[in-house]
Amino acid sequence: MTVQDTIEQKILTALTPSYLDVINESHMHNVPPGSESHFKLVIVSSDFDNLPLVKRHQKVNGILAKELKDDIHALSMQTHTLPEWEERGGALMASPLCHGGDKASQNGD
Amino acid sequence: MSDNPVFDRIQSEIDGNAVVLFMKGNPMFPQCGFSAAITQALTMMEVKFKGIDVLADDEIRNGIKEFSSWPTIPQLYVKGEFVGGCDIVREMHESGELKKLLDDKGVEYAS
Repeated sequence: MTVQDTIEQKILTALTPSYLDVINESHMHNVPPGSESHFKLVIVSSDFDNLPLVKRHQKVNGILAKELKDDIHALSMQTHTLPEWEERGGALMASPLCHGGDKASQNGD
Repeated sequence: MSDNPVFDRIQSEIDGNAVVLFMKGNPMFPQCGFSAAITQALTMMEVKFKGIDVLADDEIRNGIKEFSSWPTIPQLYVKGEFVGGCDIVREMHESGELKKLLDDKGVEYAS
């Protein structure tokens, strides 16, 4: 299973999101073609209701602890409740470029 | 004091400085787009902050992740409190929540 599939499966199981997008942004970085190192997640879930942003991100980081340790070099995420998501009309923020990609020595991890 | 000397070092940095950014590179030359994004937000608001380059210190680089229960760099602290990483700070900057937090904590900024 690809890292992307693993992320998707784990989030689907843990958060039963009403919207989920797992975007592989590795091509935006200095890594070989086909890499699975840089991801962006957009998650809309009622599990985020009444949780501050930090707790939401910690929840997701916890679900993906193994992937963050072993595979993912940089992870960007947007976490919304359903009302928040509707209010923004489903808008995405652009992820920053990290200027790197060499997992062992560089950024994001 | 904890029984972890790295935690003690981190604690003394966030105790001794109102706004601390654990980042890759320094505020003049961020080495990572995520660190640069927070630096830019703070610089725009003219918030005085201390940047700590984790690339120059492997102990801090690994220790801060455990200290904050947060797996990635950058990490922003305001008055000893963990605020978040790049996504959170950018979102708070855009929504005005960052200003509110700085107001609540009594940290000065220009706009």
